[in-house]
Amino acid sequence: MARFLPQCVAELAEIVAAAADEQSPLAVCGSETKRNIGRTCAIADVLSTAAIRGIKLYEPEELVLTVYSGTPLGEIEAALAQRDQHLAFEPPRFHRLLGTEGPTSIGGVVATGLSGPRRMTAGAVRDHVLGFQAVNGRGELIKAGGRVVKNVTGYDLSKLMAGSFGTLAVLSEITLKVLPRPARVQTLVAQGVGAREGVSLLSRALGGPFVASGAAWLPPQLAGNGDSLAAIRLEGTAESVAARGLALRTALSAFSGTLDHDESCALWQSVGEVEGLADMAGAVWRISVPPMSGPDILEAVPGATGFLDWGGGLVWLLVPETGDCAAERIRAAVAKVGGHATLFRASAEMRRTIPVFQPLEGPLAALTRRVKESFDPLHILNPGRMYPDF
Amino acid sequence: MGIGTVEGFATADRAQVAAALRSMLAQDAVIDDPIALAPYEADAFTTRRQAPMLAALPASTAEVSAVLKYCHEHAIKVVPRGAGTSLSGGSHGLADGITLGLAKLNRVLKIDYENRCAVVQPGVTNLGISNAVDGAGFYYAPDPSSQLACTIGGNVAENSGGVHCLKYGLTTNNILGLELVLMTGEVVRIGGPHLDSGGYDLLGVLVGSEGLLGVVTEVTVRILPKPPHVRAMLIGFPTIEDAGDCVASIIGAGIIPAGMEMMDQAAVRAAENFVKAGYPLDVAALLIVELDGPIADIDQCFATIRAIAESAHAVSCLESRDDNERMKFWAGRKAAFPAVASLAPDYYCMDGTIPRHRLADVLRRIEEMSARCGLAVVNVFHAGDGNLHPLILFDANKTGELAKAEKFGEDILRLCVDVGGVLTGEHGVGVEKRDLMPLMFNQVDLDQQMRLKCAFDAQHLLNPDKVFPNLKRCAELGRVHIHHGKMRFADLPRF
Repeated sequence: MARFLPQCVAELAEIVAAAADEQSPLAVCGSETKRNIGRTCAIADVLSTAAIRGIKLYEPEELVLTVYSGTPLGEIEAALAQRDQHLAFEPPRFHRLLGTEGPTSIGGVVATGLSGPRRMTAGAVRDHVLGFQAVNGRGELIKAGGRVVKNVTGYDLSKLMAGSFGTLAVLSEITLKVLPRPARVQTLVAQGVGAREGVSLLSRALGGPFVASGAAWLPPQLAGNGDSLAAIRLEGTAESVAARGLALRTALSAFSGTLDHDESCALWQSVGEVEGLADMAGAVWRISVPPMSGPDILEAVPGATGFLDWGGGLVWLLVPETGDCAAERIRAAVAKVGGHATLFRASAEMRRTIPVFQPLEGPLAALTRRVKESFDPLHILNPGRMYPDF
Repeated sequence: MGIGTVEGFATADRAQVAAALRSMLAQDAVIDDPIALAPYEADAFTTRRQAPMLAALPASTAEVSAVLKYCHEHAIKVVPRGAGTSLSGGSHGLADGITLGLAKLNRVLKIDYENRCAVVQPGVTNLGISNAVDGAGFYYAPDPSSQLACTIGGNVAENSGGVHCLKYGLTTNNILGLELVLMTGEVVRIGGPHLDSGGYDLLGVLVGSEGLLGVVTEVTVRILPKPPHVRAMLIGFPTIEDAGDCVASIIGAGIIPAGMEMMDQAAVRAAENFVKAGYPLDVAALLIVELDGPIADIDQCFATIRAIAESAHAVSCLESRDDNERMKFWAGRKAAFPAVASLAPDYYCMDGTIPRHRLADVLRRIEEMSARCGLAVVNVFHAGDGNLHPLILFDANKTGELAKAEKFGEDILRLCVDVGGVLTGEHGVGVEKRDLMPLMFNQVDLDQQMRLKCAFDAQHLLNPDKVFPNLKRCAELGRVHIHHGKMRFADLPRF
């Protein structure tokens, strides 16, 4: 068992090439704060990109940032904040939910493809990766994309990297689109509304001209004052936020409560990082469905606790960590409406036996395997992390 | 090669293929008459023409699947085609292949306002989607200038952009799901009315894959509520450099306009002459900045933009007072291509993207090249995202001018790549730029992309002559070289 910590891209490529040569799998990681997401797989050798770090290029006027994959997210966010910019996909840290600590690397952010509440309107991680450099399973250094926003030269492999959990290539360098950071945040809340009523309100708010950037519903046990709530986030200049807040409340009087800037920041961080469920015992599912179907999923497992983000389209569900963690029930409910369910937090034992990612079927399963093998023909990069046989 | 001459495919073979396809499609859905095939000789990249062996026009997913399965079994090449508006030859026909026209799949299948999405067939036009949801106050954001004609299937293949993608993203950022038929005839569904696909983001790689990976038979798009207010500003500058500085400063001030378009003097004059938009003729560059959203934001941002423009030496600065005036501002820009067409018998439209701050420099160098090669160039472009559309004027009837224009175009794209940009921002590689791919990618990069192609289409039957300068056989690409004992890594750092 070895743990590799290459100091530069050339060393990284050499390690992967050697592993390919020996057909010896590598557990690919960044700083391991999300190591417990995915299937439990026993791989002896660990390869971390944590030492390949630093900001290579940041041009605020160009809205572009190129970083090495091991760069801590906090370092990036601090550099961007100095120029009033941010990563609009709002990458969450799941330290509390997953019981991990330490800095999160940008490579891990991209490899897991997980975005926060703003994903609904601003796009996901995948929508902000403009280009990358990585080492594929053959030990070859590959690049795709570029540093400009508008680019259709060649296949958009950047999107494929986002959310591939290090199973296709080991990221070494990532170019991201960055955006201006809104000056003010305000949240309008409707209290005492059930999930269906809440989602319906959110849908009307999102379908109107209010430019919301967050839409969540929380049940009584997760809302601060013990009453369920539907919340809409408005961001922008102070004048704009105030004007839109007024317009929204005029159109939908149920949104009678207001959270100020600091309260809003706390609420949306808590929503994005699933803080409400973090300290409760049980397995946690992350489920993406059409927004109006969120409440159906909440009801699919009797006794489960959950809340809705993305206007209802993202369901976080806490279930007892017994049996199949309600996998069959949840996936049957998801199949009815369209979507996918990931067993996001569960014990290593559970993640060994229950399919963590949405199981693939038929031609799509075969295609996914061929895509994997087009990057990593010998199955040496994180084999088994996403699917049992590759 | 004349119409109907078929290279590499005997007429008897063509008759056989036509008969087989007629057995799976409607009688009139297989076109093999040379005259009737004429429209399939070229798309909007008109400098190259080639009639396909025949054209097939399936009307359902099942028919697409049947045709592809047959072609797969008989190793017949297939070129998918939407409305044929590709500017890079994305649906350029093959003498030994069939062109698969998706125009009959033209229905809007479902509109779901509550979930803010619509499900449409690939032959629905881009504008057709917005029109279908307009009554309820929604629209589909990407708006390529061919939106009246181009289809959503083609938009998916090319990852089309448009004037408003600065704020709202390209096709790839506005698609939720696809139904796709693989070259084998297998049907797969990816994504749907929800966000993010489970597993690999195949949706992300299919959008912009130029019809090389699969044939799209159904598209789920995001629809957005229409912005409550839209206003445009027309700003004139004494130099291109000033205009470039203004663009950079607007973005630098944290403003992302809905659209930010620039025209150089030649384009302004041609457009004004063509549609009388009221453009100032004495400016070196004209910028149209459009903002949308709540009125408070628009007022505030335009005040900032006006100040920026003034410090960038703007000589005129007009804000649209109503929608009519705004449309008038845009009329010239939207008519710029046809207006330029009136300046010369032919023009060749380029599509490189560059980092915004290199704008003035790149335009100056294009001007120098233009002087050197003796062909005039007119610049109309998406300044906000650095996507240039230099239009090279030439006369194809003059011996050697087409070749000269193509060489000039190639030099422009080289320049774009040299300054940190890319070969194509929104028109695609197609047949037009495939030989330039090595400017951006080395052989290892291209091999990786081709391996992905193999994962979808192992025999390279689907649109095989596009994107890659030299499409290698999958068997060759799939080989793994093991160098036992050659590499040692014992001395590398561990922790």
